[in-house]
Amino acid sequence: MQEIRFHGRGGQGAVIASRILAQALFFEGRYAQSFPTFGAERRGAPVAAFVRADDAFINIRSRVTSPDYVIVMAARLIEAVPVSNGLKPGGLILINSDQPAASFIFTGADSVPGQVAPFRIITVNLNQIALKHGLGNEIMPLINAPVLGALAGVSGLVKPESLLQALPYFIPARLADNEKALLEAYEKTGCRP
Amino acid sequence: MQKQAILLGSDAIANGVKLCRPAVISAYPITPQTHIIETLSEMVDRGELESQYIKVESEMSAIAAVLGSVSAGSRSFTASSSQGLAMMHEVLHWFAGARLPLVLVNANRALGAPWNIWSDQSDSFSQRDTGWLQIYCETSQEALDTIIIAYKASEQLMLPIMVMIDGFILSHTMERLLIPDQQLVDDYLPAYQAPYRLDPDDPLTFGAAAQPDLFYELKKTFSETMSEAPTVLKNCEADFRQAFARAYSPVMRCPEGDEKSDTAIICCGAMTGTARVAVADLNKRGLSTDLLKIRLLRPFPKDELCAVCRDKKRIIVLNRACSYGVGGTLSQEVRAALYHLEQRPLVNDVMISLGGKEVFPETIAAVIENREELSSVDCNWLK
Repeated sequence: MQEIRFHGRGGQGAVIASRILAQALFFEGRYAQSFPTFGAERRGAPVAAFVRADDAFINIRSRVTSPDYVIVMAARLIEAVPVSNGLKPGGLILINSDQPAASFIFTGADSVPGQVAPFRIITVNLNQIALKHGLGNEIMPLINAPVLGALAGVSGLVKPESLLQALPYFIPARLADNEKALLEAYEKTGCRP
Repeated sequence: MQKQAILLGSDAIANGVKLCRPAVISAYPITPQTHIIETLSEMVDRGELESQYIKVESEMSAIAAVLGSVSAGSRSFTASSSQGLAMMHEVLHWFAGARLPLVLVNANRALGAPWNIWSDQSDSFSQRDTGWLQIYCETSQEALDTIIIAYKASEQLMLPIMVMIDGFILSHTMERLLIPDQQLVDDYLPAYQAPYRLDPDDPLTFGAAAQPDLFYELKKTFSETMSEAPTVLKNCEADFRQAFARAYSPVMRCPEGDEKSDTAIICCGAMTGTARVAVADLNKRGLSTDLLKIRLLRPFPKDELCAVCRDKKRIIVLNRACSYGVGGTLSQEVRAALYHLEQRPLVNDVMISLGGKEVFPETIAAVIENREELSSVDCNWLK
């Protein structure tokens, strides 16, 4: 089973992104489960959404506490939310940021002092990609499509074609721009080690 | 034919309701149930579902509206949650007493105060004496299927059925399931033919007063029908299994549990899924545990429960509803049923969650690991 945890701000599209991902995994013949933290829908407030993917029905109902992938949709959330908590060794944190990955140092509850965190950190400037394609505005770029492109690129968890197939179920407007942003983020991250 | 899909729980339920072709829908929005009736109203608006959708100003009016439509012989649907279900209380009694069939979906949510929108089964447990059948569902698939089964059983018994899902935990979770096609459901569930109905051309008296002796006799008949309800429901479940290849029963043993273990966990609703994960791990670690799911709460399936608990020494009941001053509501039901066993197991009453307090597999595992410390007299609250 793979477990994915999205951290975002209310209105950024973390919940919709988690649903698109689940739909795309379903198109690949997998069992998927997607749900948000319930009841914290205020615009701008920290929210989390969860996805599980498996080859059999998923029984567990509690939130994801030991993810394989953590997605941080707003880099400054890291100051307020312990995003790396429970991340599996060898896991990956994908951060929406214009800063290099080396500028992020995690000293969360699970890290060992003096040791490099045993997971990969990758940054992508998703705001820039979203704005280039006219998604959202400077204050709140809409990054739910490109963030999934980046996840597909860095993880291989899901195929970009499946994500493109799932997009129209959840994105009612500007579908073509969302598709372009998703593919651009995928291509930017696809060759990352 | 059944089609693979991935849907939010509330959409799965709306699809299940649509397949049953209710002629009338009336409901009032309340979190976390709202998506169900929103989706149904969109289906009606798009012409996919031929149904009269009655907008009302409260839950009291919603249940009263379907009281009228079912009296007139129309298959009907409503849904609610928490304070909304509490507001329906008076008409719930009337519905059952009038022997009217209905399926109501309740998204389990806490009752205030304090204000809380999260999952808690106190809302429906506190309606268990209204004369309705109550069925609790673990997954969205089970909820969709149960709606179809419930219409069939309800119309055979001429009794209303309440179908429960855990608010948010099922209603707001997207998961994979099979949606049967219309023909399959039409073959299983024939159109509703009311044995008596409001009809100006054939007037009958409805809701008349009953003198004490008649009242007593009618309630005796009602109680007898309730005793037959598990058999009727089991037959409907067996027919469903034939047609749809999915099996349900009033009490279900989960294959993750160890049948031979002298210790069993009992729970109901979506928590069972998490309990499956916990129990599978406990059994791997040598802490042998069985796992039983109560699907039917009213009438309480005491014979079915006694049959699977006969050789148990300890029963641990995980509760998501409280009868304050006594303890877990489900524990009381289990204790009363098992009292008739010659060798009664210990019953540990555990209040595992209220108001959405999250249940992890570790939460359940810790209860089992520390079972020797549990009181078998008083309710055990988590530390």
